[in-house]
Amino acid sequence: MRTLNYAQAIREAHCQLLARDPRVFLIGQGLWSPWYAGGSLENLDREFNRDRLLDSPVSENAVTGLGIGAALAGMRPIVFHPRMDFLLLGADPLVNQAANWSYLFCGRASVPLVVRAVINRGGEQGAQHSQALHSLFMHIPGLKVVMPATPADAKGLLIAAVEDPNPVLYIDDRWLYGYTGPVPEAMTATPIGKAAVRRAGRDITLIGISWMAAQALEAAQELSAGGIDAEVIDLRSLKPWDRKTVLASVRKTGRALVADPGWRTAGASAEIAATISEDAFDALRAPVARVTLPDAPAPTSPAEEKAYYPCATDIVASARRVLNVFVPELKFAAAR
Amino acid sequence: MNQDNDWWLARWRVMLLIRRVEEAIACMVETGEVRCPCHLYIGQEAIAAGACAALRREDSVWGGHRSHGHYLAKGGSLEGLFAEILGKTTGCSGGRGGSMHLFAPEEGVLGTVPIVAATVPLAAGAALAYKLRGEKRVALAFFGDGTLEEGHVHETFNLAALYQLPLVFLCENNLYASHLHWTERRLADNLHEAGAFHSIPGQRVDGNDVEAVFLAASDAVERAREGGGPSLLECRTFRWRGHVGASFDVDVGCQRRGELDEWLSKDPLPRCEAALAARGISGPDAETAIEQEIARALDAARRAPEPAADRVLEHICAH
Repeated sequence: MRTLNYAQAIREAHCQLLARDPRVFLIGQGLWSPWYAGGSLENLDREFNRDRLLDSPVSENAVTGLGIGAALAGMRPIVFHPRMDFLLLGADPLVNQAANWSYLFCGRASVPLVVRAVINRGGEQGAQHSQALHSLFMHIPGLKVVMPATPADAKGLLIAAVEDPNPVLYIDDRWLYGYTGPVPEAMTATPIGKAAVRRAGRDITLIGISWMAAQALEAAQELSAGGIDAEVIDLRSLKPWDRKTVLASVRKTGRALVADPGWRTAGASAEIAATISEDAFDALRAPVARVTLPDAPAPTSPAEEKAYYPCATDIVASARRVLNVFVPELKFAAAR
Repeated sequence: MNQDNDWWLARWRVMLLIRRVEEAIACMVETGEVRCPCHLYIGQEAIAAGACAALRREDSVWGGHRSHGHYLAKGGSLEGLFAEILGKTTGCSGGRGGSMHLFAPEEGVLGTVPIVAATVPLAAGAALAYKLRGEKRVALAFFGDGTLEEGHVHETFNLAALYQLPLVFLCENNLYASHLHWTERRLADNLHEAGAFHSIPGQRVDGNDVEAVFLAASDAVERAREGGGPSLLECRTFRWRGHVGASFDVDVGCQRRGELDEWLSKDPLPRCEAALAARGISGPDAETAIEQEIARALDAARRAPEPAADRVLEHICAH
């Protein structure tokens, strides 16, 4: 299979979706600019009519509403937010309307809408250009939330999101754009709600979300060098999330660590840890560990950024602690 | 342009139907039979009746919390409305929505919701879908005067103008948003100019004159249908009852300024009846028929089944 990077895979999914289905169109900011979308939409406006790639005015709320209305009228819109922070301006129609319509009208209406939001961390961008807000939306009944970590899933989950009759929040991370991997040329959907076991192991289950799934895989290599055999699960979907795969793995290893690119309190990691405690308590040989952002906004200075964002090293340290291996220091000891 | 006798009789029937249905619902609210919040349309009937006469069946309307009249004028099932308000499975929204969530897509009622202004961008989205598909259909958003205080309505004005969407913004200015008179919310009495900054033409219309509403809406709808873009109508009217519920005014601390008496004298129904009389048309037989229709629909809705409790987790997601 040929290799693409994550951004190319997103672009290819858009191309194929636009080519296959006249109902698909994009609306949002930065669609005509390679700068906003980091290659993931490059030159799509030249390949397709600009009527189907509406680079919109700065109106996130109404643009999301337009997407919902168009979806209700039979289209398959993709609403684009190049920085996830701005998704909050469109959160009202997404939460109050899109998520509710199927339930409200007893299945007589549904909103086949994709909202794509890009996590755009690092680069000294600070508190309002760096947020990973997936946990907020995971809370909402009626919304699906997916976060691909590999190029193949970046393509496959976008296809699945557009094919789904429900509103799906598709979250990609600029830190993954350079990651390469095999991507099928065909339009193969990655099933929503199904996790992927990226590495089999016996000693501990590392459950990673988005970029942290990639970090968990790196951590597993390092742990392996120290004689620890970690199983790595790439969660891929946050709502619904694959309890079955996670619980089966934890039952096998007896230990779990959740690595989440979002904040700690009431975050995705809290939900996963709580579920493991509820449903696999008897199998646990240690408390569930979490590697997350500290409960603080994103800083801008490089020194603080380095301290703020956890990575593979933090997963390794935390996993060793779960396994009672001596750990000299932890980055966020105070936060824990 | 003069409307023929059939047109006048049809509009009168729609207005009277809405009036009698709302009065029946008011009674059910007072007796406690209806428990969901009902925002009655009494006094504003000429707007729904006039505007919907300018639309085709395949055109869509979108509404808010006070939308029984829009639903009925666009052709929504009467039994479906009563059953919905009573929380029955035969309701137009399956008994899930209640008074504030009405849905009849086969008649072009694509949804009413109580988050103020929420359906305005949704209507624009439907209009965008029609335009992208090259269909000659129009979306019409009904909303109240308070809606123009929400920011995303102004975002929607700009988007609708920029994309030249086949859309009509229809503001029913009944002078109050919940308990607040417009003078407590705004300095200038100029809602019809709200779209001007975004290149959307606006017009003020006597909302209690069904023919005036129809003529203004027809112009706006035809302009939209022919690719001329969106327009805004401000239909001046008055809601007789409180913001929510059956009472005439003070339920939410609303201090009416003697306006109710003034507006009762502008009742749109007698004005329509005068037009009928001037044309030598009489309507008493029709009135009896409407009352029978309401009695039949209400009886059927009352006899319809309630949902089973285990339905509560169904349809969270579509399949």
